[in-house]
Amino acid sequence: MADPTGPRVPEGLEEVFRREAGRCTATLVRVLGDIDLAEDAVAEAFTVAARRWPETGIPPNPGGWITTTARNRAIDRIRRESSRDRRQQAAHAMMTTPDDPDPDGAALDDLVEVIADDQLRLMFLCCHPALSTEAQVALTLRLLGGLETPEIARAFLVPEVTMAQRIVRAKRKLRVNHAPYRIPDHAELPDRLPSVLRTIYLVFTEGHTATSGDDLTRTDLSGEAIRLARVLVELMPDEPEAVGLLALLLLTEARRPARTAADGTMVRLADQDRSRWTRRLIEEGHALVRACVRRNQPGPYQVQAAIAAVHADAPTATDTDWGRIVALYDILIALQPTAVVALNRAVAIAELRGPAEGLAALGGIADGLLEDYQPFHATLADLLARAGRPAEAASAYDRALELTTNPVEATFLRSRQAALGGVA
Amino acid sequence: MPQYLLSVWHDEEYVVDFTSEEMQRIGPKVGALNEEMAAAGVEVFGGGLQPASTATVVRVGDAGTAMTDGPYAESKEQMGGFWVIECPDLDAALAWADKAAQATEGPVELRPFQDG
Repeated sequence: MADPTGPRVPEGLEEVFRREAGRCTATLVRVLGDIDLAEDAVAEAFTVAARRWPETGIPPNPGGWITTTARNRAIDRIRRESSRDRRQQAAHAMMTTPDDPDPDGAALDDLVEVIADDQLRLMFLCCHPALSTEAQVALTLRLLGGLETPEIARAFLVPEVTMAQRIVRAKRKLRVNHAPYRIPDHAELPDRLPSVLRTIYLVFTEGHTATSGDDLTRTDLSGEAIRLARVLVELMPDEPEAVGLLALLLLTEARRPARTAADGTMVRLADQDRSRWTRRLIEEGHALVRACVRRNQPGPYQVQAAIAAVHADAPTATDTDWGRIVALYDILIALQPTAVVALNRAVAIAELRGPAEGLAALGGIADGLLEDYQPFHATLADLLARAGRPAEAASAYDRALELTTNPVEATFLRSRQAALGGVA
Repeated sequence: MPQYLLSVWHDEEYVVDFTSEEMQRIGPKVGALNEEMAAAGVEVFGGGLQPASTATVVRVGDAGTAMTDGPYAESKEQMGGFWVIECPDLDAALAWADKAAQATEGPVELRPFQDG
């Protein structure tokens, strides 16, 4: 029944689209055997829905409705195009798993039922290691997140035409290389899962600290990353690193309300009003970390989640169990011996044993590795200030400011630099 | 079934010398891989090439056909050999590329052929 009083359907459609686009596309890629055909079909089905639903209301199973409509429209179009062109042949030949029936067959109707595994297939396809990291991220947001290309371009600060080209190339590469639409075997997962986890993490961090723009965070991307991580955990509950990633994202997201002050400036972890942290997310993250600990197959995301959980446990910054955090960083640096981990470990050491020890740990990081990494200079500046070396701290802040593209972060660094007067 | 080119690349001009320590090591590995490909029925054609310095480029221009000595690409990296394989999909082809890179001890480029 149409509701004559309120035009609620346009917003409802938007929500349905956000929630269902990835799932519908994932199933249509399997049914039609081609990414572009699937995208076109899903877009067409949403157009039909936008026209029809204001009158009929949103159907009880909107995802199923969209998927079936998209399938029917696509099949109609394939049949209309009598030329049976190369694309259609490709659609038949490509990406069909051995158990897939002929896409023209009658069994098609059974296939349209939205199958959760399709989303997993699509994640592994979008994050195929034969694609660049940038392409993996873009394709994931486009196909699984249902984001429009201009939105993705804005999120990653690249011109729209560049992003469009990146997505078109990635899709073409997968098509002409006959990339299979399947979930990797257990034996392949060590090679295939990390790129999926990294892509979700990159989407989250881009949302969490926007590289530019006046808002410190971009809720949409963080929310989308958490949604994808949830889907991954739901579909691969036995992968401890997937669980670890979700826990890490939830525990980081929990701090969002306290990360920016009323005037929009950034608040450091130590200075955050912890009563503003989102308890619900912390509790969920904690439960996941505990499950990981019980499983005892540590990996980098799980250890980072455990570190975030220790922070979340402390009612005030001074209550933080830095001994445990340093111990966790010792594990993390063994698993993932990168300069960035070494930097964070040095920060924890400074908290536990004082700024001089922290500076010594920073000094152990190979020269040049972090020269262009803003947080390195910000940390160095902070430790130098606390060690009573304001002149050196000031120049480290200068370097950090040179490397900052986020205006909120820049304001924060300038205020820290100005405060050095008191230290000198 | 899709076909792919697996090309083996070298960073420097090489000398074809089957008695060298390197070739003594690599030769049997490549031979074993050839046998594995034959047994799996994936190999269409393959072979090792003489060094890039033995190449000639032929061009047809307004003034007729001209030849130049040496390889087309003026870079240190040159193709040293290749396989054309036929296998179901990208992941299968990548698995063969991995074996090829291990056997040849050099980077291997995987590239799909145009269909039909």
